[in-house]
Amino acid sequence: MQPTSRSFPANILAGLADPVLQRALGLARTGFPLRRQQAIGRLPEFEELRDQGRAIKDHTLGHLDFYLELYETNVAAAGGQVHWARDAAEARAAVLEICRSVGAKIVTKGKSMVAEEIALNDHLEQNGITPVETDLGEYIIQLRHEPPSHIIAPAIHLMKEQVADAFRAAHTELAPDRPLEEVRTLCEEARAILRPHFLAADVGITGANFLVAETGSSIIVTNEGNGDLTQTLPRVHIVVASLEKIVPTLEDAATLLRLLARSATGQEFSSYTTISTGPRRPGDPDGPEQYHVVLLDNGRSELLGGEFQDMLRCLRCAACLNHCPVYAAVGGHAYGWVYPGPMGAVLTPALVGLGEAGHLPNASTFCGRCEEVCPVKIPLPKMMRHWREREFVQRLSPIAYRSGLRFWAWLATRPSLYHAVTEIASRVLGWVGRGRGRFRSLPLAAGWTLGRDMPAPEGRSFHSLWAEHQRACKRR
Amino acid sequence: MSAARDDILAGIRRGLRRGPLPAATAAGLAERISAHRRNLIPARAAALDHSARIDLFVAMAEEVQTTVARVTSGDAVPAEVARYLAAENLPAELVMAPDPSLDTIPWAARPLLSIRRGRAEPGDAVSLTPCLAAIAETGTLLLASGADSPTTLNFLPDTHIVVLRAGDVVASYEDGFDLVRARSVAGPEGWPRTLNLITGPSRTGDIEQRIQLGAHGPRRLHIVLVDEPEVAANGPPAR
Amino acid sequence: MPEPVRVALLVTCLVDLFRPSVGFAAVALLEAAGCTVEVPRAQTCCGQPAYNSGDRVDAKRIARQVIEAFAGYDYVVAPSGSCAGMIRVHYPQLFADEPETLAAAQGLAARTYELVSFLVDVRGVNSVAACWERSATYHDACSGLRELGVKAQPRLLLASIEGLRLCELASVDVCCGFGGTFCVKYPEISDKMVADKGAEIAATGAEAVLAGDLGCLLNIAGKLARLGSPVEVRHIAEVLAGMTSETPAIGKPAGSL
Repeated sequence: MQPTSRSFPANILAGLADPVLQRALGLARTGFPLRRQQAIGRLPEFEELRDQGRAIKDHTLGHLDFYLELYETNVAAAGGQVHWARDAAEARAAVLEICRSVGAKIVTKGKSMVAEEIALNDHLEQNGITPVETDLGEYIIQLRHEPPSHIIAPAIHLMKEQVADAFRAAHTELAPDRPLEEVRTLCEEARAILRPHFLAADVGITGANFLVAETGSSIIVTNEGNGDLTQTLPRVHIVVASLEKIVPTLEDAATLLRLLARSATGQEFSSYTTISTGPRRPGDPDGPEQYHVVLLDNGRSELLGGEFQDMLRCLRCAACLNHCPVYAAVGGHAYGWVYPGPMGAVLTPALVGLGEAGHLPNASTFCGRCEEVCPVKIPLPKMMRHWREREFVQRLSPIAYRSGLRFWAWLATRPSLYHAVTEIASRVLGWVGRGRGRFRSLPLAAGWTLGRDMPAPEGRSFHSLWAEHQRACKRR
Repeated sequence: MSAARDDILAGIRRGLRRGPLPAATAAGLAERISAHRRNLIPARAAALDHSARIDLFVAMAEEVQTTVARVTSGDAVPAEVARYLAAENLPAELVMAPDPSLDTIPWAARPLLSIRRGRAEPGDAVSLTPCLAAIAETGTLLLASGADSPTTLNFLPDTHIVVLRAGDVVASYEDGFDLVRARSVAGPEGWPRTLNLITGPSRTGDIEQRIQLGAHGPRRLHIVLVDEPEVAANGPPAR
Repeated sequence: MPEPVRVALLVTCLVDLFRPSVGFAAVALLEAAGCTVEVPRAQTCCGQPAYNSGDRVDAKRIARQVIEAFAGYDYVVAPSGSCAGMIRVHYPQLFADEPETLAAAQGLAARTYELVSFLVDVRGVNSVAACWERSATYHDACSGLRELGVKAQPRLLLASIEGLRLCELASVDVCCGFGGTFCVKYPEISDKMVADKGAEIAATGAEAVLAGDLGCLLNIAGKLARLGSPVEVRHIAEVLAGMTSETPAIGKPAGSL
């Protein structure tokens, strides 16, 4: 999808002003942290598992070439095929070619952020193939022609009334006046509507939470069962996955799986964790006849060995989104692309460029909650700061802001002048504000005073008062 | 696509500031793979004896809306299945995995139970399968695809019944993987096409985060746990 | 009482400009804990605004000034988790590529503390003599909480204050939206975050809200004032030092005592 991160300032205003979005976000922002807290409270070894998960990922990244080559060998040995794609265009082309080779008309899709990243659906549609999203959240947003707003709960920005509206508009074969008030009814309807598509699909496309080098397997972690129907029923199963999904062994995958569901939804384990290896075996009564893996780089290898390498540890659990007060305030669409929240703030500039996505790493208070909950201890605020450093050096931030900062730094390195200025400022502002103790408005501080008063200074600077205090002490 | 492959591998090596790995390092990594050493296994299930592990499995499974019925022998399974279907107001018909381990169960004792062996078809409401193992740590079933175990049985019907022998309850996912390794011919082609780790029925929270069972997969998962005194063919691993 | 030590007070730019009372309260608390307190004159700012804006060059300039100004003291104490965190956690990272300055930065970092954690963890203070008849809630400033582990210490000392009833916010560890430069760059998001914080404070029914960082407090006080809330906003140092009858709460006029 085309990024709109550049218009983040306008995007956030839309998000803040949207009462339905705000209601929906309100549900999410207490629920997720509570459930995660409960889950990790039941696992005394959680902290140690975080360290082990981090170590597994770091080890793998340090030997990524070895593990990818081994993975490819084992995929082939199991009867599958790996297609290497340097960028989105190559990935799309690979998927399309496979679909064409079997005359595919309908493609079912499990949820895949990588597929969003490469804008796969549009490409298939433009080439006469119908992609059907089967994850309930993805299906809903597909009907609404909008992108996902969360990496594991794509429709988190919606309330049930909007889902009902979308279903009424799209499922025209059903009675228009049927009741759709209950979440249960909506889910039942989606199940019934999508079942024929599962059965009719020629090709099923899933993402992968992990790729296992030891066995040449892909692992998907879901709750609905749509991913499994997608990858079992059609003749062809295509996995689209980026390079850094690889882990060495099943044991390594197990460690990371222990971290994933707990961090994502607060579940002990997802309803369906499925390990797929190649196509059906001779004698298997079901399963796909072909198994393809489109292995995508699209900027990942560029991050190796640099100050953003740690981002490649990301498990896409969304814990950082779920704990981010900025995400909770503005929602995922404001970020303008596939990956919102703190992980999106670090990853998006790497994939689409700082010029397009510079706002994202700037829109953070560095509260650190994201890093605190990241199952693999990615230092997200530190990497956002690195983006800000690049921006500063490249002079991409607004001139007024940079000038203000340079002036502050200039003043701060001249203590005597600084003290004189602060004494004057505190006296003036203190005197003007003494009546009410605060300012309703203040020149140059319109952003602050739009919604808040500014407390007035006490009227003297500490340093001038301290100097007086010292003189008084000496006299005694 | 081999140009893409070469470029990507070259890009990786550039980032890591080295060429291809020296043979000794590669050998070390290969050893790490073949040894597939376990990382930390939580004590939750691993520290328990077999009987306590079974109880833990049941408790964890029931937490996620799996229903569990314990019977004392394989002979009691058909009656339990018939009871369950009647209790859920479901017709007494099901599609069953062709797995030979189910052959020893006296299905003929319940002639009104209409059974078809094979893969699931769109009209099937109830399926019945064995499982390879049950993982006590999180109440998770491990099922492997094969000639006698179609994967569609696990996902297409509304109701999935699993016959689990008590001897097949293990502590951890790693125990389960070792079982798969033991029964698979060496090499990825011997590995099953699909390993399903199933923890409860299908669910979604995609609408207002309100959990709804039966999103696309089965809305009911029922386990018939056979507490046989003798250890089943697989046996629990020696841990 | 442990041995007397020489402490340098890092005033912080916000305390210097907006609320010197906090600085004097900090001095009183440190002296009561057996410290001799000095205030190096050559201090202005810890450099965090430059650092968080990606301006490493200016951040380093300011940091070198701080390292020099605070050389030779047993401890450096700041009534602010974010300034103390800047020095303790980030100065060593800032000079990771400059071995000569790195040693001095690490030395300073090891001696630098946020005020309340210094009193409790280093000086062994576990109670104060103040009394203050109020119900109050406490906001954990993010840097202090996550960079320095300041959480139990303020609660320990507040619990010792006669007459003070402490109630906790529902979401104790959520950012108030100040974030230094953030509230200037993205004021609407900042406003939303502090509005949510204000609602949580109101929901506790507390008469006062306390915190250890003046940035958070100015933000929260400004929002509560705009909402017409009667809730008193104070820095924890003022309350611990028993100085609440000497200065009006943050954002309240002089006559409001």
